[in-house]
Amino acid sequence: MTPLARADVAVLGGGIHGCSAALHCALRGLSVVVVEKDSVARHASGVNAGGVRRLGRHPAEIPISDYSMKLWRNIAELVDDDCGFQRAPQIKVAESDAELESLAERARMVRGLGFEHEELLDRARLRELLPAVAGHCVGGLASMDDGFAIPYVTTFAFQRKAQSLGVRFFEQTRALDLQRDGTAWRLETDRGAVEAETLVNCGGAWGNLVAARLGEPAPVEAIAPMMLVTARLPAFCTAVVGATGRPLSFKQMPNGTVVIGGGRRGVADPATDRSDLRFAELRLTAQTAAEVFPIMAGATIVRGWAGIEGRMPDDIPVIGPSTRAERVFHAFGFSAHGFQLGPGVGAILAELVATGATQAPIAPFSIGRFAAPGGQAAG
Amino acid sequence: MRCDLAVIGAGPAGLAAATRAAEAGLSVELFDEQPAPGGQIYRAIESVPAPRRELLGPDYAAGAALASAFRASGAGYHPGALVWNVDATLAVDFSRDGRSRQCRARAVVVATGAIERPTPLPGWTLPGVTGAGALQILLKAQGLVPSEPVVLAGSGPLLLLLADQLTRAGAPPKAVVETVPRGRLLAAAKHLPAALRAPGYLAKGLKMLRALKAAGVPLHRGATDLAIEGGERAEALSFTAGGRRHRLEAGLIALHQGVVPNQQVTRLLRCAHRWSGSQRCFLPVLDDWCESSVEGVFVAGDGAGIGGAASAALRGRLAALGALRRLRGDVAEDEAAGLRRDLARDGAVRPLLEALYAPSEQVLAPADDTLVCRCEEVTAGQLRQSVALGCPGPNQAKSFLRCGMGPCQGRFCGLAVTEIIAAARGEPQQEIDYYRIRPPLKPLPLAELAAFEADEDAA
Repeated sequence: MTPLARADVAVLGGGIHGCSAALHCALRGLSVVVVEKDSVARHASGVNAGGVRRLGRHPAEIPISDYSMKLWRNIAELVDDDCGFQRAPQIKVAESDAELESLAERARMVRGLGFEHEELLDRARLRELLPAVAGHCVGGLASMDDGFAIPYVTTFAFQRKAQSLGVRFFEQTRALDLQRDGTAWRLETDRGAVEAETLVNCGGAWGNLVAARLGEPAPVEAIAPMMLVTARLPAFCTAVVGATGRPLSFKQMPNGTVVIGGGRRGVADPATDRSDLRFAELRLTAQTAAEVFPIMAGATIVRGWAGIEGRMPDDIPVIGPSTRAERVFHAFGFSAHGFQLGPGVGAILAELVATGATQAPIAPFSIGRFAAPGGQAAG
Repeated sequence: MRCDLAVIGAGPAGLAAATRAAEAGLSVELFDEQPAPGGQIYRAIESVPAPRRELLGPDYAAGAALASAFRASGAGYHPGALVWNVDATLAVDFSRDGRSRQCRARAVVVATGAIERPTPLPGWTLPGVTGAGALQILLKAQGLVPSEPVVLAGSGPLLLLLADQLTRAGAPPKAVVETVPRGRLLAAAKHLPAALRAPGYLAKGLKMLRALKAAGVPLHRGATDLAIEGGERAEALSFTAGGRRHRLEAGLIALHQGVVPNQQVTRLLRCAHRWSGSQRCFLPVLDDWCESSVEGVFVAGDGAGIGGAASAALRGRLAALGALRRLRGDVAEDEAAGLRRDLARDGAVRPLLEALYAPSEQVLAPADDTLVCRCEEVTAGQLRQSVALGCPGPNQAKSFLRCGMGPCQGRFCGLAVTEIIAAARGEPQQEIDYYRIRPPLKPLPLAELAAFEADEDAA
């Protein structure tokens, strides 16, 4: 039977990471197909809060986040679309002296690693940056040159740019099985087979479907981080704001609407692609928002939503080559902070695909960390 | 709060469903946005003064019996309650008197009725332009008529009914501009024999036409290329009819292109929907007992497909029987069969009305510069461009252009967006589908959410 497609690289998953990997592979002259069971950016990549944040990252993520940030600053050159990207400070607010001390410790740790982007804010500086912040907030930690973007617009732009370089997207196409056929991978889908030398697994919350098939299961948990958006308010906040001691992420968009997130979770069902909100939890999100920004007590919620995202037990993603199979590279389980990493991780994956190696320090993200002791894969 | 059956909406369908279920012994709670029973069709039915009741006609007056039976039924009643979420466990979240609470139900009857079809035309968002339905509500609820003669423009039985009611209220419209194409009547005529089976509808229609003529209200037929002119507000309606361009000066213009099911709750609950080519809208997929694809979720009234008030009450009763069957295993087969017979008879006029009053091409395929999403000011041309870029459907267009993201949650633009994308992609509306609807269904104060009283012990 004639295969559906043949290419150098088959990417599984049409989220920000899949689209970015496909684009960067195409930029290196490789032929690429993307297989997506739904539509591009259907889940976390299209509906996340849009933070482009280096602030507060796990130490292992700081180098790749910093690298990705450089691509964000010239995002229009990469994808011919500004992606709604705006530079803005990211600020984590301390609501007590103890929280401020933990932020100070964090700032020292980051500087110790050789990165300069996180700076401690005292009470006065916090108010200068966030005039509307509540009186009890004592300071904060800021990364002044971070920002935010519009998630769907971004992922769609990556898709379109990749398409313009010849990448073929097969949406509404579900991968069913995977076999190594001589020197190529054969991916059976519900619309026919895709043959490719190299496989890139950007399956997000569904990333373990491929990993488990290869005998290296990874404990991805499907989560549904919830978000709320308000009706337009007068401009009062130009930074992206988080809290230190409780879940909150908060930003006012240029059109005046305020997006409130921060990680409180709804109900995710990856088998049916459904996610449901839990308003008993969102009540706490609303309380926190109004406590950190008293002006929010007068806001009106117009919509809430949740996207399905993959979370790893250690809250950092899986990035890198398979430990069990040749010519397979993983990038999934970004644990609700993968959007900012998308441009950079795609470039790293393309480097791995094209050269077999990368200078980027990705060892901490190896899927091998979940292998059972004794060399046998878990599960 | 807990109950067997939560009913959303106190129009004829909701009232009939709640009454029948309560009479059978189910614990019923009815939630309705309005301060009194009746829905839009029987708005203010319990309090309307006799002269206004007279003027609104016997069809309107028929609602009084439904309201009084409901009052006597023992069903719980929550007027002024805005249902802003129903989750997969059938917990109904509602706001009343500035407080949000929750009612856990075992079954739900969605009786949220119809909304006016969006009418994207040049100038339709100008102040002074309204829906014909909105004008009729003011007449029913407050006895208000326009202070200057209104131009009624579009298509559908409501347009003539409103013209007739305004005339009898002493405020005859300046003109009725009908967009029904010439020749449509002939095409619709094949449905005439069936329509004659339905009681009285056609005779009423003809009587209204005669009354308008007698009152000297100009009727322009076969109008195309409607445009509302004006800078800060509507100043005139221009259109082509009879081979020439007309211009009617008017500061108040009421548009209408029929009504369509309000899908917000059934979409929120992810009930399956199917495209109706004849009604030109989505309908929830229902079984013989008005149960949707989601177990325990029933739909009655115009929300199940436009059928009018008499059919709405019949479907309300049928949905109540469906809930009794689902919750208690009581199968009232004979009563259900009788209701289905009555429904078939009352609905016999529909194919004729649907064929005759199909929405005008102009609102189904608006010009590129016409606004479609009025909340976020997105034009038909922008939607077509997004399709050209590769946006596959309404949800991607929403994420890309923000259409449907405003406070109305896409109620005003949803169907127009589906139609425009379907035409641009050359795919059926069924495939293009509709916005995913997110809670809250209507805007909710953040402070009220922060004090939300969820029924957590069952969560």
